[in-house]
Amino acid sequence: MTKKNVTTKKKPTAKITQTLTGAEALVKCLENLGVEYIWGLSGGAAIPIFDALVGSKIKLILVRHEQGATHIADGYARATGKPGVVLVTSGPGATNTVTGIMTAHMDSIPMIVLTGQTISPMLGKDAFQESDIFGITMPVVKHSYLVKNTNDIPRVVKEAFHITNTGRPGPVLIDLPKDITSATFTGKTLDPEMDIPGYKIPGKGNLADIKKMAKLFNKSQRPLLLIGHGAVLSRADEAVRKLVYKLKAPVVNTLLGKGCFPETDSLSLGMLGMHGTAYANKALTRCDLICSIGSRWDDRINGDNSKFCIGAKKLHIDIDPAEMEKIVSPDASCVGDARLIVEELIKHIEPQDTQAWLKECDTYKKDYPLKHENKKGLSPQFILHELQNLTKGKAIIATDVGQHQMWSAQFNLTLEGKKWLSSGGAGTMGYGFPAALGAQFGCPKDLVFAVVGDGGFQMTLFELATVAIHKQPVKILIIDNKYLGMVRQWQELFFDNRYSGVDLEGNPDFVKLAESYGVKGIHIDKASHVRERLQQAIDHKGPVVIHAEVEKEDNVFPMIPAGKSAYDMIIEAPTTKLEKPTGST
Amino acid sequence: MSNTNGIHTISILVANKPGVLVRCAQIFARRAFNIDALVVSPAVNPKYSRMTITLQGDIGTFDQIIKQTNKLVDVIHCSEHTGLDAVTKEYALLKLKCPTEAVKTAIKKAIKSKAHIVDQSVKGVLIIGQSGSTEELDDLEKVLKKFKIIEMVRSGKLAMAKGLEAT
Repeated sequence: MTKKNVTTKKKPTAKITQTLTGAEALVKCLENLGVEYIWGLSGGAAIPIFDALVGSKIKLILVRHEQGATHIADGYARATGKPGVVLVTSGPGATNTVTGIMTAHMDSIPMIVLTGQTISPMLGKDAFQESDIFGITMPVVKHSYLVKNTNDIPRVVKEAFHITNTGRPGPVLIDLPKDITSATFTGKTLDPEMDIPGYKIPGKGNLADIKKMAKLFNKSQRPLLLIGHGAVLSRADEAVRKLVYKLKAPVVNTLLGKGCFPETDSLSLGMLGMHGTAYANKALTRCDLICSIGSRWDDRINGDNSKFCIGAKKLHIDIDPAEMEKIVSPDASCVGDARLIVEELIKHIEPQDTQAWLKECDTYKKDYPLKHENKKGLSPQFILHELQNLTKGKAIIATDVGQHQMWSAQFNLTLEGKKWLSSGGAGTMGYGFPAALGAQFGCPKDLVFAVVGDGGFQMTLFELATVAIHKQPVKILIIDNKYLGMVRQWQELFFDNRYSGVDLEGNPDFVKLAESYGVKGIHIDKASHVRERLQQAIDHKGPVVIHAEVEKEDNVFPMIPAGKSAYDMIIEAPTTKLEKPTGST
Repeated sequence: MSNTNGIHTISILVANKPGVLVRCAQIFARRAFNIDALVVSPAVNPKYSRMTITLQGDIGTFDQIIKQTNKLVDVIHCSEHTGLDAVTKEYALLKLKCPTEAVKTAIKKAIKSKAHIVDQSVKGVLIIGQSGSTEELDDLEKVLKKFKIIEMVRSGKLAMAKGLEAT
């Protein structure tokens, strides 16, 4: 790089030129860290911080519920790679963030949650709107702080931003008592030294471990790569591609690993696991080596661990040492950054002849394709298939949780990791729509779709106000089957059709609902309208709610019942009664 | 340090910050590990604290627990020590209700077991202390059982790695 090409950004000043309150010091630190947005909801204990945001270059976006703020911040983080920042008040304001924090924690998403707190002399004395949010959230954060000294604020903020988005990312909560944010900041600098001697970030991985993995690859005739969220988070797309092409190996991905290797590539077998493609799961039963790159062998993938890829060598790459041997005892493993490890691994790979193996996988693709038909009414899969035809993997898609999520994962092939947002680990209903909104804030030029169910959408739909006010052109596609469909599917298949707690009778008219917020509403209930009306939504400059009324009792297949292995996959609707699943949920 | 009963002794060096004990305890509780004994004391550098924890549970998940504890931001170092690479000691205080005529015998027995008399300022009550291995303290308890032990407090194990290895 020539000197001419180097653009030196002026470093934001850490020097203090005026008297600041703790809250003002906090906002200055956030500005210096490049925070663009804060999603928040005000309240008494947080007033000093909201006050300090007046006139700040950080854009404060008022949400309608704190859970919405966390999912918006989460969506922003997934789409941009930058931590999303949330600001709420104490008590219920803080506890309303717990679901969103847990969602981010389960999927390793960088997020900073700032909570107002009662004044420090009242801590532990049941003050009005006091909740021990530091204690409540401990199991679902990567780290957290209860600030007891105003002068600690810059160090805490610096550490929090460092911790949240390095190593295995995760949410960090900072609880800020009102007297601490109101008091005068008398510290010397806004950019102090960090003090986290126990925080270790695994880096490039041990060379001997990598060579051991390469040796196993070099003996494998039927290797299979399993791409997880860790590969997306470490931006390993390019490295993974190189590895795949050098190995000439088929690739499967987890729900959150979608897009790191393009699902449109002929070597991609798509998503594996409970509702993965039949060909991905067939490949699992036939590979002689499986290498996970940043997946944690979730029970949605492994099902019955004792029958997972029987006889295959198992290789594991993960940045988190605690993932090693948690579920699978690998034959070789390496702890570190997925991108750096894969880049090194490529150097030691001697490509083997995989022609026969690839041919076998192609046969599976031809013999067991994903299917859908509009026989009994409008098929949800058909709509998502049409969405794919229109967007071609170029749109950002955020899903909610349930049947539509699995259909979207199957039919919406993803080209880039950051363009697929879904609550995988937590399975949080209500996630999809606000997450899409967060992605839209972060990527204003992108087309962003929220694919949601009628159940999940109603859990966080109040952010329609946020969408409308800030003119965020998110397209919200509601797959409305008037049921909590995934649970209904289980009750149909495993519980003798005894429907309990799944009928969503009383759904609103979603078009009118959208219009009442000033958002355009579009209705679809015929297959012949799907393409044209989706296109209409895409062409509309502002936000759109697309209310698609679909067949009520369609099921997601293929399916591996919970606790079973890929060998027990059900490819099409069964004609005989199934046993109750033994596995987790 | 572990034995066949699934009892482990681990040593954790932590940053001396609020909540660190709870963070560690949550990891043990979630995996149904029962804490038998816990000692927290300042390390040489007062910025850090040392925890020695004796706990029981399924050995299959124990390595995972060490790894998850090591992952905590405030944990500098967490490891399990075996009897070969570390020394362990604990301390016990026993309070005996002892009629005057039995005091002499009790003291004699205690001293034979390498214990010492900590307090006998209240008539008829004797407080005896001893440091030693878990087994030695168990033995002391057995020896003194025939005198009425009304209270017993044990410190829990303290562990320190032998040689220059960090505990």
